[in-house]
Amino acid sequence: MSVRLEASSLCVGYGERLVVDTLDLSIVGGTVTAVIGPNGCGKSTLLRALARLLPARSGAVLLDGKQIDRMPTRDVARVLGLLPQAPSAPEGLTVADLVARGRHPHQSWYRQWSSDDAAAVHDALAMTGISDLAERTVDELSGGQRQRAWISMALAQGTDLLLLDEPTTYLDLAHQIDVLDLVQELHASMGRTIIMVLHDLNLAARYADTIVAMRDGRIVAQGAPGEVLTEAMLLDVFGLDARVVEDPVSGTPLVVPVGSRHRLP
Amino acid sequence: MGATSFRLRRRPLTVVAVALVLLAAVLVVDIMIGDFPLTVSQVIDTLLGGGTRRDQFVVMELRMPRALTGLLVGGALGLSGAIFQAIVRNPLASPDILGVTWGAGAGAVSVITFAGSLGVVTGSAASLGLPLAGLAGGLVAGLLVYALAWRQGIEGFRMVLVGIGITAVAGNFTHYLLTVGDVQDAGRAMVWITGSLNGRGWEHVVPVALALVVLVPVALIGGHVLGALQFGDETSRGLGVRVNVARSFLIVVAIVLASVATAAAGPIAFVALATPQIALRLAGTAQPPLFGSVVIGGALVMLSDLVARTIYRTELPVGVVTAVLGAPYLMYLLVRSRREARL
Repeated sequence: MSVRLEASSLCVGYGERLVVDTLDLSIVGGTVTAVIGPNGCGKSTLLRALARLLPARSGAVLLDGKQIDRMPTRDVARVLGLLPQAPSAPEGLTVADLVARGRHPHQSWYRQWSSDDAAAVHDALAMTGISDLAERTVDELSGGQRQRAWISMALAQGTDLLLLDEPTTYLDLAHQIDVLDLVQELHASMGRTIIMVLHDLNLAARYADTIVAMRDGRIVAQGAPGEVLTEAMLLDVFGLDARVVEDPVSGTPLVVPVGSRHRLP
Repeated sequence: MGATSFRLRRRPLTVVAVALVLLAAVLVVDIMIGDFPLTVSQVIDTLLGGGTRRDQFVVMELRMPRALTGLLVGGALGLSGAIFQAIVRNPLASPDILGVTWGAGAGAVSVITFAGSLGVVTGSAASLGLPLAGLAGGLVAGLLVYALAWRQGIEGFRMVLVGIGITAVAGNFTHYLLTVGDVQDAGRAMVWITGSLNGRGWEHVVPVALALVVLVPVALIGGHVLGALQFGDETSRGLGVRVNVARSFLIVVAIVLASVATAAAGPIAFVALATPQIALRLAGTAQPPLFGSVVIGGALVMLSDLVARTIYRTELPVGVVTAVLGAPYLMYLLVRSRREARL
């Protein structure tokens, strides 16, 4: 297993503010990594920097050993796909057209549509289970269906690295599980490398091989869910008093917050 | 490597085909009607090189250049509007709203009034200086809007707001020129800034035709990026689009198209605003179709000019007709966008 994506002494910021501070991270090929941390800790910023959407103030992001901001952006787009948080599509765009846009990095002005593209779109729709919605417009889909359509677009891009920024936001629990099962399947059946920002710690514990916990722009813990999700870490990173028990279904850590209403004896 | 092809949908293709037939029909009818009425067969006969000497003169010297100017100007305005609306992702974005046409208007009126009162406007200055000044004015206004709205990239709504400001500045400058200028010059300028095809000859056709021959293929080729630009910036960049480069290039193409069109026929109102939306609704696509907007824009201006010169005893400028049709449409757009914002 080789390192696919790497941050080395990475600093990223907006204006005066440094949001990611001298951070080192290595993502091994074929793994699922979940980035967790409190609001404003810099996890989405890290993900954007890893996807070359934000420039490094110092340090670098390396994709397969090469500095990502020196590579042609189209070449990066053939290897690394990104699903931003709450993406927007124009009114009236059909699902088929949305997913077809995922083929953009493989096209040029003289070769705008090929049978490869058609096959990739067909497969991406089938894999996310939305083939029958292909002619519907994106705005008339439910939240869960819409998220599947966007994931389908990222799949059609045919990249083996996939970065997902809070893919379960605005979804009810059943649809959250649905989307994460799909992510798991992509990982298991196709060996894709996945990095996602997640808010739900219990779902992160279930679906990720590695958890990266961040606070104030730095990584404070990194490793298997059982190692990272401890009561001490939760208090330290989230300032949350919680018990960690074993998930009766998956055997992974299950975080049970204490809160002020239920003081323990 | 798969087969080389373009993904084509039937409905947008049908729309373009029907619009092309309509365009040809409007062109023939436009040439038939006038002080010397001609029949369909006379028109076609003359176009193929036959007909009497009188028919030849009426068709080739009087009506054909005017109709073609209308067709080409409409096509350029339609394409310009389609590019703006696709990039800014707002149906309000068009060279009329973004100040480009008014900038072109201010440029041209400067030539009419300043050069006119100094006695410099002679044949060549009038036929060459006016379109060039219009082009320059449009470019200055368009680039100014672009530069002022730029903040680490282009955001559509900010561009519309800045554009409204530039429109007001250019409009007021134009009115100032009309006030201080010679009465006769001001009269000529008034007709020009309403947008008129009156007296357009081949010398007006050629510049617009050249611009379109170069810029339509450029826009259609560059337009393949438009599909990937219709999302938020992050998604577009994730798809490997150099967002700011692609957007800047296409906006400059759109500014030049609108400026060239305005230089030839004056700022014909609402064509660039309405055409892409009409084409979009007919084609059933999410983005204004580029080629469809060219064809529908051409048909729209020719048809409006036909109405303008036949509806009343004296001839009206074509801009009056498009304004009468377009103003209610603009109100509809504003009402509709407010309703959406509330939902």
